[in-house]
Amino acid sequence: MSKYFINGIGCVSAQKTTDTATGFQDFEELTTNLVSVQKPNYREYIQPSMIRRMSIGVKMGAVASSIALKDALLETPEAIITGSGMGCLQDSEKFLRNIIDNDEQFLTPTAFIQSTHNTVGAQIALGLGCKAYNVTYVHDATSFETSMIDAMMMMMDDGEKNVLIGGVDEIGKFTFETQKLIGHVKNEDTLANGILLSESKGAVYGEGAQFFVLENKKTNNSYAKLIDVAIYNELSEGGLTKKIETFLTKNSLSVSEIDLVVLGINGDVEYDEHYKKLQNLIFKNTAQVYYKHFSGEYNTASAFGVWTACKLIKEQTIPQSLKLNTVEVTSIKNVLLYNQYRGKNHSFVLLKSC
Amino acid sequence: MVKGIAITGMGIISSIGNTVEENYKSLTNITPGISEIENIKTNHKSHIKVGEVKMSNHNLAVCLKLPKNHNYSRTALFGEIAAKQAVKNAKIKDINSCRTGLISATSVGGMDLTEKYFYSQFQETKNRRFITSHSAGDSSTKIANSLGITDFVSTISTACSSAANAIMLGARMIKAGKLDRVIVGGSDCMSKFTINGFKTLMILSETNCRPFDANRTGLNLGEAAAFLVLESDECVKKENKKVLAYVSGYANANDAFHQTASSKNGEGATLAMKKALKVANLSFKEIDYINAHGTATENNDASESAAICSVFGKNIPSISSTKAFTGHTLAAAAAIEAVYSVLALQNNMVFPNLNFETPIAETNIIPETKLVQKELNHVLSNSFGFGGNCSTLIFSKA
Repeated sequence: MSKYFINGIGCVSAQKTTDTATGFQDFEELTTNLVSVQKPNYREYIQPSMIRRMSIGVKMGAVASSIALKDALLETPEAIITGSGMGCLQDSEKFLRNIIDNDEQFLTPTAFIQSTHNTVGAQIALGLGCKAYNVTYVHDATSFETSMIDAMMMMMDDGEKNVLIGGVDEIGKFTFETQKLIGHVKNEDTLANGILLSESKGAVYGEGAQFFVLENKKTNNSYAKLIDVAIYNELSEGGLTKKIETFLTKNSLSVSEIDLVVLGINGDVEYDEHYKKLQNLIFKNTAQVYYKHFSGEYNTASAFGVWTACKLIKEQTIPQSLKLNTVEVTSIKNVLLYNQYRGKNHSFVLLKSC
Repeated sequence: MVKGIAITGMGIISSIGNTVEENYKSLTNITPGISEIENIKTNHKSHIKVGEVKMSNHNLAVCLKLPKNHNYSRTALFGEIAAKQAVKNAKIKDINSCRTGLISATSVGGMDLTEKYFYSQFQETKNRRFITSHSAGDSSTKIANSLGITDFVSTISTACSSAANAIMLGARMIKAGKLDRVIVGGSDCMSKFTINGFKTLMILSETNCRPFDANRTGLNLGEAAAFLVLESDECVKKENKKVLAYVSGYANANDAFHQTASSKNGEGATLAMKKALKVANLSFKEIDYINAHGTATENNDASESAAICSVFGKNIPSISSTKAFTGHTLAAAAAIEAVYSVLALQNNMVFPNLNFETPIAETNIIPETKLVQKELNHVLSNSFGFGGNCSTLIFSKA
């Protein structure tokens, strides 16, 4: 049986997560419906000549992957697998706007070249000179989870010793405006009481990049073991609880053995019901946390959830600001993450302390 | 004995036909589908040739019996048509009789709709239904819903190698026991976005493309979708399925050379072909036909030729690019060519590389220019994309 240890993590987010001195206690809850990342000092990670040309997504990806690799003391991974629900939105929007506004004239190729969904994964490979397996998953809210599933198969079947995986999504201004039009993003600019008490439809639109080094051996820096991942495109009303139980049984666990559930609550009153049902029923007696009040919602925000879970498992304490209930845990061993977006693309991730 | 993951069904819609049979007929009758663009209003109309599916969105939607107010992108329309054909061809009665997944590939997604309603969706409420159709995952979700697949559904986008990676992931998931059956492939429609993108890169030919010719002038864009049904041995046995061919080898490597250009010696492509042969447990000498990526751009064909030479040395098997028939169908290309590779194996037929006259001096590769009948056991198919993505698939006779 193969083992998958998360040995390095890197995170660019709306919080100052690239700063090692910053902890959960310094996080500030989001108060607007559009939340950009805290810009790291790119010069520390990327050649200055490249910075200007790179879109924010590529820059975030470069920084987060670089931090994760350094954290794991790994130079070049044996595979790079990226998830990005919307891909390189800024360059796509820029090129498209130019086509339309200039009636297909006076166009330059730069934005088009960088608009492809796999630009982040490609630029990481280019930066590292990494000629290994390189794939990008672009399936909405399960893009990052598919990367994890692929990475586990790589290490199990194909014998890779380590894999760099990540999730990255950037804000596109045009996309933000269109998402607002259809109510997928909250219409009110500010949230007075945070996402948990929000009574409106839609999510808080954000961006971020989280990368992880998976290795087949435990190190002094290991955060957690990745045990299993499952994704479901659709789940029926009653199907969710049943699928969670099946998922846990498959991994020889019962609901009562889960020490912590990490939920993808995003403040959308219409769809947070999925989490509420679990909170009030099967996980009633389990410690519960949420994280999107610090990251915002984006297709790969669940990677911020995995990053959060890794930190909690390593630190073995749960800060008040993440808690959804008052259930106390003495030891955080088995952690289950559950995420969905607008009632679709459900995912379960199971982590274990090591 | 070489085996692999069984292919039990195929479906396709391209500029040379709306079914597998029509595509085969066009390939063997030498009827290419390259023409002037009709469905998209573009200033470049008289300066490009394309592999366009001549059906309107309306007619495609009628085929699928969609309601009038549907919000399908052309990518989703193509995808659903091809995927349904594949499922029918595999004689699947109950899609959920075993763990069934869908892995689709696209690079354009719903860009055709976004560019059409870019400004008007802000004014007109009725155009807002297309907003959610933009994302790459939307077409896959629509296809999955229409087939009744609720389990594992994913979408891959690695530019022009996307569908190869979808087929590869599907094969690996069956091998790993994570799925019993998976519908794999890709779909991409043409859009102003891609036409202008490739135009700015100055790699669109004004005439019919000429893969592997010394005087090639660039690529013809195309649009298409194709899907294959892959099934585990247990499924095949249990339901006594007819196997069309096997996916016996697959690999993905990165050129790590440049965001859009391939390295001169085709290092990524060489790595991909070698790894795929290793997975298939085959010697290069056992490959009977290479269905090349062969886009007819200056850079790709030189780089791919160099890579083929370094893998096959002087023993280069029959080779052809079928892109002069279909145009370059981007994320769908590898799925289109997977269908052609299976047809080649089933009929012992090498499809011609059209418009070739003069070999590239450095590598001197001479593709098959006529339809060649010969015994085929293993076909290697290449697909390369922006971002250095190089993928190779090997198909073997059932």
